[in-house]
Amino acid sequence: MTSVPDHSPRIRNDIFRRIGAIVPPALWTLLLLVIFWQAIVTLRNIPEYILPAPSQIAGEIGNYWHRLLPNALVTLSEIALGYSLAVLIAVPLAVSIVYSQVMQRAVYPLIVLSQTVPKVAVAPLLLTWFGYGMTPKIVIVIMMSFFPIVINSVMGLRATTPEMLYLARSMGANGWQVFWKFRLPKALPSVFAGLRLATVLSVIGAIIAEFIGADKGLGYLILIAGANFDIARQFAAIILITVIGMSFFGIISWLERRLIPWQEQPQLDGKG
Amino acid sequence: MNIMTDTQSLTPESTAHVRIENVSKVFHGGRKGDVEALRPVSLDIKRGEFVSILGPSGCGKSTLLMLLSGLLGPSAGNIRIDGKKVDGPNSDLGIVFQQDVLLEWRGALDNVLLQAEIRGADMKEAEAKARSLLSMVSLTGFEDAYPRELSGGMRQRVSICRALLHEPPLLLMDEPFGALDAMTRDQLQIDLMKLCAERDMTVFFITHSIPEAVFLSDRVVVMTPRPGRIEDIVEIDLPRPRRLAMREDPKFTSYVRSLTETFKTLGVFREEY
Repeated sequence: MTSVPDHSPRIRNDIFRRIGAIVPPALWTLLLLVIFWQAIVTLRNIPEYILPAPSQIAGEIGNYWHRLLPNALVTLSEIALGYSLAVLIAVPLAVSIVYSQVMQRAVYPLIVLSQTVPKVAVAPLLLTWFGYGMTPKIVIVIMMSFFPIVINSVMGLRATTPEMLYLARSMGANGWQVFWKFRLPKALPSVFAGLRLATVLSVIGAIIAEFIGADKGLGYLILIAGANFDIARQFAAIILITVIGMSFFGIISWLERRLIPWQEQPQLDGKG
Repeated sequence: MNIMTDTQSLTPESTAHVRIENVSKVFHGGRKGDVEALRPVSLDIKRGEFVSILGPSGCGKSTLLMLLSGLLGPSAGNIRIDGKKVDGPNSDLGIVFQQDVLLEWRGALDNVLLQAEIRGADMKEAEAKARSLLSMVSLTGFEDAYPRELSGGMRQRVSICRALLHEPPLLLMDEPFGALDAMTRDQLQIDLMKLCAERDMTVFFITHSIPEAVFLSDRVVVMTPRPGRIEDIVEIDLPRPRRLAMREDPKFTSYVRSLTETFKTLGVFREEY
């Protein structure tokens, strides 16, 4: 209750603290790196065909927007479709692996083993089978993102302790109740760990697929720009891919926080 | 009718709520071959009685509890509850484990209510009852707290409330206070006796603490090291309600001393050094 005669320094401090709370420290670091990049390119006169300055890349994004946007939408839909299908296949598959001895012993090991096959090596084959359109891209996105979802879902569904199952049975719970009230909520944190990992992999999958053979999409744009030594345009496409990937990751993380409010969230900025 | 008289002739005490007849358990096919967890054991428990099973680790106490709950089947012998043979998971009871086994995605109240949800009970009625149970163990104000926000003692109290919500005639407790610090343990023993005093409930309480068994029980069943069998049954003739200070009572200490002697002769304690 002590009165503070001079408010001004405290208020200034407060404003800085508030900005600090909204803008995480990592963003300041990023900003610093961009400024450093801009300064180096400008001061040392590095030509644009070797390393464009951030300002030149920003300009490129603005000028080239009419081509970037439709191609970004193509890549985005490949990712969204492939990822959704992967979730729809992977989660029920994980449930069947946990509940069925046959699936667990005859199918699950093969799924794990199949991960040693490099997806890039399979991509040309898919091109032969499914043609040039969106299908092979979606298939590769599924192949990339499906695995971490299955593995993490299986792990999560198996995390139910024997005591939990004893408790359920002592209450007279049926199999349906055991699944919905015990196994599934217990599995959610692990399932979401898989879903988060899969977002990153699905973006990689879409770009790889477009590298192998495509006539649209951000991966295709990068290849064309590379052939023309248009470095700024390549950077522009890379930045758009990154924005897509980050937003996707952000959406899934947000969903996780909403659906698993009981869990203490791991923070990106390292504050517990 | 014939069967009735037959059972009665077998039973000196026809009031037995739980009747364990020559029950044994062998676990087959472990890495060390068959393991005999429980030698044939017989025990009658009266309705409303508080019985502790006291014994060292690995003497088959928990196995006996699992057999009572019907979650395990005996290798030989019979368990009857109110004359009815247990031959599958018995849901007419409450269980408390050493770990609280609270569901981390549910708040305290919702964890208690799980019992009613699974049983398809009237939820409004159940909620009123759950709230009153929580208030009896001083958890008013924590109804919405997630388990991770509660201390170990608070969590175990929630799990006791969960076990009592449906007013079971039989409560099975498997070392429920074993993971708690000494002071919390004292308080929970008092809380448990308070809850028991209000209802006509049989309690089957497993512990490896001699003072705890004496403090809580009407009878203490002493079990030998593995393979477990019943060595002795001691009636605890101490008045209720029991208070913490009673633990200094000469009668109390003499029970503890004689039980300690029993375990010494069983080779559980070796004092030479």
